[in-house]
Amino acid sequence: MTTNNVLLRVKNLVKHFPITQGILFQKHVGTVHAVDDVSFNIHKGETLGLVGESGCGKSTIGRTILQLYRPTSGSVVYDGVDLVALHGEELRKIRRNIQMIFQDPYASLNPRMSVGEIIGEPLAVHKIASKNEIKERVEHLLELVGLNPAFANRFPHEFSGGQRQRIGVARALSLQPAFIVCDEPISALDVSIQAQVVNLLEELQEQFGLTYLFIAHDLSMVQHISDRVAVMYLGVIVELADQDKLYTKPLHPYTQALLSAVPIPNPASEVKRKSIILQGEVPSPINPPSGCRFHTRCPIKESICTETRPEFRELEPGHFVACHFAERFI
Amino acid sequence: MPDLLLDVQGLNTQFKTSDGVVHAVNGVSFNLREGKTLAIVGESGCGKSVTMLSLLSLIPSPPGQITAGKAIFYNRDLLKLSNEEIRSVRGAQIGIIFQDPMTSLNPVLTIGFQLAEPLILHLGMTKVQAKSRAAELLSMVGIPNPAERLNDYPHQFSGGMRQRVMIAMAISCTPQILIADEPTTALDVTIQAQIVDLVKRLRDKLGMAIIWISHDLGVVAGIAHRVIVMYAGLIVEEAGVNDLYANPQHPYTIGLLGSLPRVDEKEHQRLVSIEGLPPVLYAHPKSCPFAPRCKWAVERCWNENPVLEEIEAGHRVACWVDVNTGKER
Repeated sequence: MTTNNVLLRVKNLVKHFPITQGILFQKHVGTVHAVDDVSFNIHKGETLGLVGESGCGKSTIGRTILQLYRPTSGSVVYDGVDLVALHGEELRKIRRNIQMIFQDPYASLNPRMSVGEIIGEPLAVHKIASKNEIKERVEHLLELVGLNPAFANRFPHEFSGGQRQRIGVARALSLQPAFIVCDEPISALDVSIQAQVVNLLEELQEQFGLTYLFIAHDLSMVQHISDRVAVMYLGVIVELADQDKLYTKPLHPYTQALLSAVPIPNPASEVKRKSIILQGEVPSPINPPSGCRFHTRCPIKESICTETRPEFRELEPGHFVACHFAERFI
Repeated sequence: MPDLLLDVQGLNTQFKTSDGVVHAVNGVSFNLREGKTLAIVGESGCGKSVTMLSLLSLIPSPPGQITAGKAIFYNRDLLKLSNEEIRSVRGAQIGIIFQDPMTSLNPVLTIGFQLAEPLILHLGMTKVQAKSRAAELLSMVGIPNPAERLNDYPHQFSGGMRQRVMIAMAISCTPQILIADEPTTALDVTIQAQIVDLVKRLRDKLGMAIIWISHDLGVVAGIAHRVIVMYAGLIVEEAGVNDLYANPQHPYTIGLLGSLPRVDEKEHQRLVSIEGLPPVLYAHPKSCPFAPRCKWAVERCWNENPVLEEIEAGHRVACWVDVNTGKER
């Protein structure tokens, strides 16, 4: 993929959350380093997968891109405009192009609004359609995501999880955005329903030329849907590469361990496979380890890893990795 | 062939709700042999957890009720035991690990107390004996500094560590059967790999049989000897693990396997999704409950519920259609 069609450029993004104590005079007692100096680009029309374990900061990145969280520092440039510098009306206008699909279809739809109101609300907020046009558009959107247009008068509780997620997709599409952040859109769904929603997302992408940031912890699903994949660990991106390269030749020891831990639904290969079982657990982001953040669990760590943070470097064209010893795996 | 340990026949469980009686388990029969691992897979609401809870009399009643069936374990029918009798089986001869390690430990009691409780109750140990055994158990499941951690409370452990504590508790009385109800669903992949590895090692060391309930066909492939696939409270397919993955015969199993993306897949293909939704059964199924979502369905499927039949040695399927030919059997 060429670099001249970059849609979104995230540069040195940092997001810290303060931990406070006390009610009236809040004392600052610590900082959660949710995202620490992350840079990446998303190209027009591609799907960038963002994977990592719980608490690694992947959802925070998604929300910071939309300015739902304001970053501590760094920039998020969408189509030449730095979103971090925008406020109020300007920000609202550009958000038309950037939408989000949330993880939990049970919590992200207002139970007191009908499906028609939910999907039509963005159109009303941005005042781009009259009442009648909204009704028409809602029906069209419902059809687009595979639901009966007559359902517009029903309420979210009348739908199953998969159907609700389709409503969430329809809402995200209502403003005809160019870029959608999908924040774990399928992890609350059953296997057979997951496949339905993923197929829907792929069809819509082809139809409208959408660009996705697909956040998930399910590595096999991310591999399936993504063109490129970024792997996160404890607030930093440790590796980013084309999907096929990352899965066939991972260069970061964390990616290697993560991939080897993914169960494959095939007993024959499952028996032969040698999985790298990482010792211990992810350290707390309140006090992240010095140097390389992965050094506390890394099987190939040396003394430099505890002191110097490895640079996020392009080792092969399009293959970025943050490890002092990644050359060993080439 | 190893000895028969548990023989379940024709289990039926129902729940009375304000919308009508939900038929959660509709005549499930299977058996478990010594030292073997049986996996039960299926999506939410297919009755896999209810089946296990029924065996242990853990179904809240009302609204739940076991309406038929037998579960023979060491010449006794588990379903006919009194509360007192089943209590001496639960935890002692049959250990259980629940899905959510966050809610299945008591937050106001120390880990040491919770681990010692079954040892004192079932094995008649003294407090001191139980405490040292509890420390041994914690080190067996790979928790560092076991003796000190006995005095900690569940909130001081991470999710993966809590699941290890649950495992320690489940194996504390060296049960013959370990029932694991979605033990890794709430965990991250690297932690999931640790837990699966631990359970396998304990199985080989203690020689216990395992019933592993899961919706993750990937994990099941790595741990099970036999697999049962459930749909709408019925067993739709049962086979040895290699046979099931290489040669699935029920349309639902085929659909489930097809809807999984695989890390080892080479080319990008659309996932084979199963259209529609799983049913909620308000009556005992008269037709095949999968027929509305099945692309092979023939007329007979709409009139008669298929029975589970052995099509080859050790491979049972409940389907009127032979998916290899697309014709009725």
